[in-house]
This record gives sequence, C-alpha cells and structure tokens, in this order.
Amino acid sequence: MSDATTTGPVLAADGTPLKKSLSKALRRQKIRALMLIAPLLLFVTVTFILPIGDMLFRSVENEIVSNILPRTVVELDSWDSTSGDLPDEAVYAALAADLLIAVENRTHIKVGIRLNYELSGMTSLFKKTGRVVDDFDPDLTFAEQFIDIRDDWGEVETWQTIQMYSSVYTNGYFVSAIDMRKGPDGLERLPDGQRVYITSMIRTLVMTLAITLLCLIIGYPVAWLLANLPMAKANLLMILVLLPFWTSLLVRTSAWKVLLQKQGVINDVLVWIGIISDDSRLAMINNQAGTIITMTHILLPFMILPLYSVMKGIPPTYLRAAKSLGATNWTAFWRVYFPQSVPGIGAGAILVFILSVGYYITPELVGGPSGKFLSNWIAEFVLARPNWGLAAALGAILLGLVMFLYVLYDKIVGIDNVKLG
Amino acid sequence: MKLKNLLIGASVVAVSATTALAQDMTIVSWGGAYSASQQAAYHDPYMAANPGVNIINDESSNEAVAKLRAMAEAGNITWDVVDVVAADAIRLCDEGLAMVIDPATMLAAAPDGTSAADDFGDLMVSECYIPSIVYSTTFGYRTDLVGDTPPTSVCDVFDLVNYPGQRSLEKRPINNMEWALLCDGVAAEDVYDVLETDEGIAQAFAKLDTIKDSVVWWSAGADTPQLLADGEVIMGSTYNGRLFALIEEQGQPVAMLWDAQVYDIDGWIIPAGLSPERQQAALDYIFFATDTQRLADQAKYISYGPARASSAPLVGLHATLGIDMAPHMPTDPANATNTFLYNYAWWADYRDDLDAKFQAWLAQ
Repeated sequence: MSDATTTGPVLAADGTPLKKSLSKALRRQKIRALMLIAPLLLFVTVTFILPIGDMLFRSVENEIVSNILPRTVVELDSWDSTSGDLPDEAVYAALAADLLIAVENRTHIKVGIRLNYELSGMTSLFKKTGRVVDDFDPDLTFAEQFIDIRDDWGEVETWQTIQMYSSVYTNGYFVSAIDMRKGPDGLERLPDGQRVYITSMIRTLVMTLAITLLCLIIGYPVAWLLANLPMAKANLLMILVLLPFWTSLLVRTSAWKVLLQKQGVINDVLVWIGIISDDSRLAMINNQAGTIITMTHILLPFMILPLYSVMKGIPPTYLRAAKSLGATNWTAFWRVYFPQSVPGIGAGAILVFILSVGYYITPELVGGPSGKFLSNWIAEFVLARPNWGLAAALGAILLGLVMFLYVLYDKIVGIDNVKLG
Repeated sequence: MKLKNLLIGASVVAVSATTALAQDMTIVSWGGAYSASQQAAYHDPYMAANPGVNIINDESSNEAVAKLRAMAEAGNITWDVVDVVAADAIRLCDEGLAMVIDPATMLAAAPDGTSAADDFGDLMVSECYIPSIVYSTTFGYRTDLVGDTPPTSVCDVFDLVNYPGQRSLEKRPINNMEWALLCDGVAAEDVYDVLETDEGIAQAFAKLDTIKDSVVWWSAGADTPQLLADGEVIMGSTYNGRLFALIEEQGQPVAMLWDAQVYDIDGWIIPAGLSPERQQAALDYIFFATDTQRLADQAKYISYGPARASSAPLVGLHATLGIDMAPHMPTDPANATNTFLYNYAWWADYRDDLDAKFQAWLAQ
C-alpha cells in the first residue's frame, strides 16, 4: 500500500486505478447480494417490522382528542387545572362547536371511549351530550347548558382529564401499564387493591423461569438417553418425545384438565390407593401449579431437541477417556460432559423462556385467577376489550423485559455459547 | 407455449372466480351449535330462495370489535353481516363501525302488521342493532350432589353451609357483582347505583370473598357444562342454551336454576362502509333472517328465545328431540319470574375500571 502511494496508483488491466476497480467490483457484489436477499428483507419489513412498529407506536399515540375536539383543546390550554375553578365560557363554547361537527361525523363517542380509559363515565357523558348538542339555546351560557345536561361538565376532574389527554402524544398508557395514574400534581400509584400489571409481570417472569428450569431438569436426562441409547430404542423414544409435539395444543391442555382436576384421574387414583382422603383432594388445576405442569409438558420438546442435537455431537470417547484417567462417574460427567452440553442448555432455555413468556392460551385455560400471564392481559386488550394503546404499552414493556434478559444472558452465559444443532 | 396456455387458463379461472365471489356473503357468528342453528333456520332457506348467493360462515364473533376495527383501518371490510352480543353492538355503533338501521324500511313488520320497532320493543338497544335472540346467563346444578333440597334461589350459590362444594363463576365482574349485591340485601333496582360507589364495590367483593375459595372461574361458555358433567362443581353459571344441551341432549343429572337469570341479547349488525351492492345484499338477508317466522324457526334448534314478541307463539318442537321448546326458553313465564336486566350503558362506563379492580381482587 505504501508502495502504491509513493509510485502513483497501481493500475488494473484496463487502465483504471486498481483501488477504484476493486471497490467497483465489491460494490457490484454487495448489490447482487442485497438483491438476492431483497425479497426476504422486503417480506420481513412489510409483514413484521412495520406492523410491530405500528402497533408499538399506538402506545404513545393520542391524536384522537386533539383531532376531534381541536377548538376545545386550544381554549383549554390556558386553563389552570390546579386552580380548582371551572374553565371559562369560551371553553364551553368551543366544546359545543367541536361536538356539533363530531356528532355529524359520528366521532364524538370515540373521544368518550378514549377518555373513559382514564375516568369512568366519560363514554356516557359524551354519548348523552351528543344527543342534545343540536338544541343549544343561544340566549343562555354554554357552561350552564352543559352542566344542565350532566353534572359532570361542572366537575373540575372532567376538564382535568380532557386537558391531560389533549396532547398528540401521551405517556398515559405506559403510566397505566405500571399501575400508576396521572393526577394534576404528577404521577401517583394506584391504591393497593387495584394494582394488577406489575404483579402480573413479576408473576409471568417467576413462572416462566420455573417452567424453564423444570423443562431443563426433566429434559436433560431424556436428551441424554436419546443421545446414548442404541439406535432402535432411541428412535422409539424420539417418537414418544415428538408425538405430543405434533398433537394440538388445545387437545393437550384439555387432557391435562381431565388429569389434574379434583374429580380427575390423578386425584381418583390417589384416593383409591389411600394416599389422600376423599375430602382432601389436591387442587392441581386452575392455579399456578396447573399452569406450570401443563406448560412444562407443552414446552418440553423445545428443551429436549436442542439438547439432544448438541449431546449427539459429544464423542462418547471423552467420557471413557476421563474415566480411564481416574475420574469418578460424577467428575467425568460434571467436568467433561456437562460443559460440552452447555450450548444446548442455552439454546433450549432461551427457546422455552421466550415461548412461554408470550403464552396466553394455556394460562387462560388452566391458570385460574392466580395464573394470569401478562400476555393474557395483552390478548384481552386487543381482542375482548379493545384498548389497543394499553395493549401496545404492555407489549412494549414485555418486549423490553425480554430484550433486557437477553442482554443479561449474553453477559453471563454469552450468546455465542448457544447452539441449536 | 405450454406456459402461455397455462397462464391464459389460470387467468380465465381467476376471472371466473372473481365473478363467483361477487355473490359470496360472509356471515360472522359464534360457531358450534349456535351457528348450526342459524345455518338451518336462516342460511339454508335464504340460499334456497336466492340461488345466486353463497353464504360463507366465519366464526369470529368473539373478536368482532377488534377485527372490524382493524378492517376499517385497513379500508378493506370483508364481512357482510356480523352476529354480536348487545354490548359489542353498542360499542361498534359508537365507534362508527356499524351501519345505522332504520327499522321502518329495513326490517319486516310482524304478520299482524305491528311495526318492527314495536315488535322488538326494548330489545333494540342500539340504532345499529337488529336483535335475534334473548339468552340468559344463569345457573345449573347437579341434582345428585346438592342433597335433598335443591337450590331455588341464586343466593344458594353463596350458601356454603347447605350447599358445600365447588361452584363455577365467570372470570369477569359482569353478572357476578350484581348477584353478590342482590344476595347481600340490595334491591334489584338499586344494584347499579350501589355499584357506582367504592363502598358498593367493596360490599360486592366482600360477599364474593365468602365463597372465593370454592369457586372455579371460567372463561369459555363450554367450561361450566364440562365441570358439571365431571362433577367438578355442584353448580355453576353459564348460558342457558349450553345447559339445555347438557340436560336434554346429553342427559346429564343437571337441572336449571332460573332465579335472577341475567338477560342478554344477541343479534346482527352490518359493518359500515360496505359497497352499495354488498350493503344491499346484506340488508336483503337481514330482512329475511329477522322476520317473525325465521326467528321462531331458530328456536327449533337451540333454546334461546326469539327477540320478536310476535315469534313467541310460533315456537314449536325441537327439530330432532321432538320436545316442546317453550318451557326451555329464558323468556317463558315460568322461568322469568325473577329476571335481571343487564345494564349496557352502565357497564360501558364502568367496565374499564371494574375489570381492573376485579382482576386485582381475584389475584389477591
């Protein structure tokens, strides 16, 4: 290189500088490579990155209030919400003008539904007001007439809520998602009996970790057997591992219901042998135990298969060598075999953890009141009780949590140490 | 050459497929026995009378609000008629996702000339909604597990002394809060006023606390029938049609407890923003499927009461079992001695708040 700079540029066969022609060739190669992966890239962007980004964006997006009540939002801007006084007549007049248009477009109740997330009663307040908004009497003040429709228009709290949620972007959904509330004097925690999401997050993590650990404890010996048994027996065992894997998730979950319930097979057998009496049957379902048992069973193959493929690659001669050099069975396993199987543990644990942290069907069916995962809330807010903003906020928190754990895992175990096959 | 022929052939097929699609009508409902009853009472006769129409069933009513919202945002509405419960219909109407119905011009009058609006009466709870059935959420109990004096009142659900054992309740505040207050001495007409206050909510939770350890919470309508059949619970709430199937079709030792049954409505909406042709086709179907005779016909297949007053006298025998259906209807006078009407407007306001409180209470 230093040679070239002192004696002038090295030329390629066609006379252009070698550096230029080289970079041209490289660029062409890069473009070709990019074009090769372009369909995949486009596919991933359109079907994965954009929709998820759009969904997550909803956790902060709050255009609805300022879009539908633009005049009110402007007028309300100058009102001091902590003064304890109601806003002045101009605000009420602006609201009347906004509502007239909104009612015509049938959008006024949408604002009510949005504000009802923050203050109960807003849906019917906007609905009721919308019905009579045409009949305002120009001789009376708007304030009087609004309060006449419903007392809530004379409550400072109503106006505080509208003012607080009039900005185009809001942190309100995230605030709700961590069991807090926006008050006029800043954030405040919800009272004791109303905090649900933080508890749910902690429970989700604890149970997911328990499931991962159980899968490892049960799956490790099975994978070892699979890798070390003679071919014929190993194949049979492999089918036994895969058979439930191919069975529908709902079928397996329902089967566990039949097994675990109080009048179920396991309790019946225990009573019949006489281990427990008829009136002290074990509660093994509709609680956390039920969720852990069922999900461990459902996710077990995801632990066994990566473990197996890693163990298959560990030459059995290593163990024999260790033993011939004087190691006990345990030392040979713990010092020679186990370290080599760690990449499989890493892969299996990550798979099981990520899958179970997002599970919601099984916890819903067998979890009972104490087995509700964070994903159950997300599903509920997306499907049953549409509050997509809150669902997006909870989803963003869950995503953040998983990413944080991934980084933590990378720091402790090292992600290069994970091997799927 | 071969490829070219193939392409031509494929495009011909594609073109003919789109013309066939023009007559397809996607009707969304709940699936299972309920969709089957609609197929027999509405879809089949309608297709017989209109050979050009092909009805496609979609079982997404559970997620109707979320899906319609997503379709409206994407600007591509693929559903023509949607079966939803009243609370969802109100919500869809409020959000502008359902079309406003004029009962005078869009619905059939009763055979005696009564206008559709009068025939449906109070059940038209939203201007976008055409009710088709009245169902109720009520209790069933195991006749062999409740002792010699079977329960007669909804408050027996809260009586662990005389009726020990597990009971199943739905995993949401709706209905449970009302029943708890009713059994704690609150008069039926005051229930929602009491429930609006923090003390009232605490009172309802305190009442539910007395049985909390003996409750199995359900989330799917099929749960309670299964739990009753397994003997896992001695009594439980669910939809009355599910209990009918359990008792009459499967012959389980279960009986109905109609006391304080909570009425709810199920019916149709037409999504807003359909093309004029599709809207016209949907309206034509609705006109046919919600007339007096059709509503009475559905009761042959499932034990839900027709929403029109004029249909009630026409309710006959079960199509396959041959039993008289009238005594199994939630609206039958003998069953309806003590009923409770679910307050949609109240729950629309307080559901966000109460659901959070209820779940927090459950998790304690």
